[in-house]
Amino acid sequence: MSDLPILDVQGLHKSYGKLEVLKGVDLSVRERELVFIIGPSGSGKSTLLRCCNRLEESNGGAVIFDGVDITAKSANINAIRQKIGMVFQSFNLYPHMSAEGNVALALRKVLKRPKAEAIERARKALHRVGLSDKAENYPNQLSGGQQQRVAIARALALEPKMVLFDEPTSALDPELVGSVLEVMRGLRESGMTMLVVSHEMRFAREAADRVVFMDEGHIVEEGPPDQVFGDPKMPRTRDFVSRINH
Amino acid sequence: MNSEITQWDRFLASFFDLQIMRKYLPDIIDGFLLTCHLAIFIVISGLALGLLLAVIRAYEFWLTSWLIAVFADVMRALPPLVFILLLYFGLPGVGLNLSGYAATYVTLTLVLAAFSEEIFRAGILATPKGQWEAARSTGLSFGQSLAYVIMPQAIRMTVPPLTNRTIAIAKNTALGTVVGVGEILNQATTGQSFSGNASPLVLGAMAYLILFIPVVIFGRWVETRFAWRRA
Amino acid sequence: MEFILQNFFNWEIVTQAWPLLLRGFGMTLILMAAVIPVGCMGGLAVALLGQSRYRAVRWLTIIYVDFFRAFPPLVLLIFIFAGLPFAGIDLPAIVSVCLAFLLNTSAYYGEVFRAGIESVGSGQSQAARSTGLNGFQTKLYVVLPQAIRNVLPDLVSNTLEVAKLTSLASVVALPELLYSADMARSVTFNATPIVMAAVLYLALLWPLVRLLSRIEHRSMSSR
Repeated sequence: MSDLPILDVQGLHKSYGKLEVLKGVDLSVRERELVFIIGPSGSGKSTLLRCCNRLEESNGGAVIFDGVDITAKSANINAIRQKIGMVFQSFNLYPHMSAEGNVALALRKVLKRPKAEAIERARKALHRVGLSDKAENYPNQLSGGQQQRVAIARALALEPKMVLFDEPTSALDPELVGSVLEVMRGLRESGMTMLVVSHEMRFAREAADRVVFMDEGHIVEEGPPDQVFGDPKMPRTRDFVSRINH
Repeated sequence: MNSEITQWDRFLASFFDLQIMRKYLPDIIDGFLLTCHLAIFIVISGLALGLLLAVIRAYEFWLTSWLIAVFADVMRALPPLVFILLLYFGLPGVGLNLSGYAATYVTLTLVLAAFSEEIFRAGILATPKGQWEAARSTGLSFGQSLAYVIMPQAIRMTVPPLTNRTIAIAKNTALGTVVGVGEILNQATTGQSFSGNASPLVLGAMAYLILFIPVVIFGRWVETRFAWRRA
Repeated sequence: MEFILQNFFNWEIVTQAWPLLLRGFGMTLILMAAVIPVGCMGGLAVALLGQSRYRAVRWLTIIYVDFFRAFPPLVLLIFIFAGLPFAGIDLPAIVSVCLAFLLNTSAYYGEVFRAGIESVGSGQSQAARSTGLNGFQTKLYVVLPQAIRNVLPDLVSNTLEVAKLTSLASVVALPELLYSADMARSVTFNATPIVMAAVLYLALLWPLVRLLSRIEHRSMSSR
């Protein structure tokens, strides 16, 4: 594990019209870290995540990924996105393609691999998330948990250096959440750098290296899960943690 | 008693005179074939142009988007017959002589392009934003996302309104009569005025029914097939 | 450039032809005012008949709608105008026009209303009947308002089509806008009157197109 952070967010600002959502956020993520971002709704955590692969354009500050300033005008955003995977709350699987089709698309069109090789790699990715037997199924034939796992396989297909998770289990029925968290645990164990926005506090306590608490566009406190959940330093953190522990 | 039979006979003689029908059948068949190929050309060019314009508009460059929007509005608001006459009678004044067939073809192609562009655009806009995000987040470019992820979904949504609109515009080929295109209506009315009898008109009506009832049924089949797929 | 101005935007001809075109425009408006409401009501009647208890009535409405939607409106118009005299029925041009347009538009409106009525779930009429409303009241107060809201884009779209349909009356020498413009064109050997007619049509119908776009987008985003 190198000392330089793989992701370095510096003084990030983002406004929607008059509403300022990110008010100068600094965050570094080291390789192989699992960083968990928590906070009330409207705190800007999803926006922060989406600025990390420029699905949202920031209004100020910079995001440096793997040594490259991705917010610079000259940045080749399509090339950068090959190295950052993203998993969405509503899965966003392509309904007109099978599971392996979903996973293989970027391999074929972005990396320009031949179809046979792409399908092979797609099947391997699906195996990694425990869905080899569903490779030829279409999204509407899969449960929510299975769809999200396919989405994770799709994010992993290009072998990114970091994966962003935007509330990956919030749209799932409770009994399906476990299967997805299982996959995320496995991913962490294999050494993937992960930045996760989620409400799954138990998962955070057991798997996260660092927990970041955001409120109203600022990072209020960050530290190991035991500290942020067990012995928060800031009053706002204490307030939030006590409310969610019910 | 006698007068009733005569009235019916008169009706048959005016509208269903088989000899006259036989005489004008070749002309009606010519008209039928012409209507067919004119309609097919219009449908192919109109849909292709409409798709192209919708894709260009998806790139959201202010100038092209605005031009396409104006084009779509004008061609949807103008009665097609006005545009046909404008091309047919107006262009010769600036040195361009279009035949009636060409004027009809160009007009209806542009009209179908305008309507289909709006329909395709609506389909693209109705595709969930998350699809764009997922595709772009894996490194696909704008064009690749549009081609492989968005358009397949958008097109499926557009089939019902597109089918209806295409059939309606194909029927407008009858307008060609006004500028001398030898399609069914023209042949039928010519036959009627030459023979002083309405039988050619009836023959023409049958030709239209033979042409369009299968088309309407096909349209309904296409709609139901695509509606099921979406579920 | 001169050429284009002379042939399409000749100011002298504009001033000369203006009164004639204005009269034609008035006739067009009269036609629209006659055909649109009556065709719409006719379509509503057809759609309601299509909900009848009697199979024969339902079948008749289906045949009616399919038959009059299969015919291009111009064909229907010419057949009525040129054909009926052979049956001894001599109608003035405007009556032929109105009859042809009525048959055509009531079929199209009928189809739109039918789709609208069917889009309102049966649960709605069941609920209404269970509160004591009879069949007619249910249709009027519960089903129809929702049906209309559901197919509003198609209704407006169809109305736009009917408005454009009036230009076909020029083919049977009814002195509406296009006919007047074409007259002026053949007399002056210049296309300017047709450009004037186009401008007038656009002035009348462009707002309708914009309205249609807005309605279509609103209904699609709410889906």
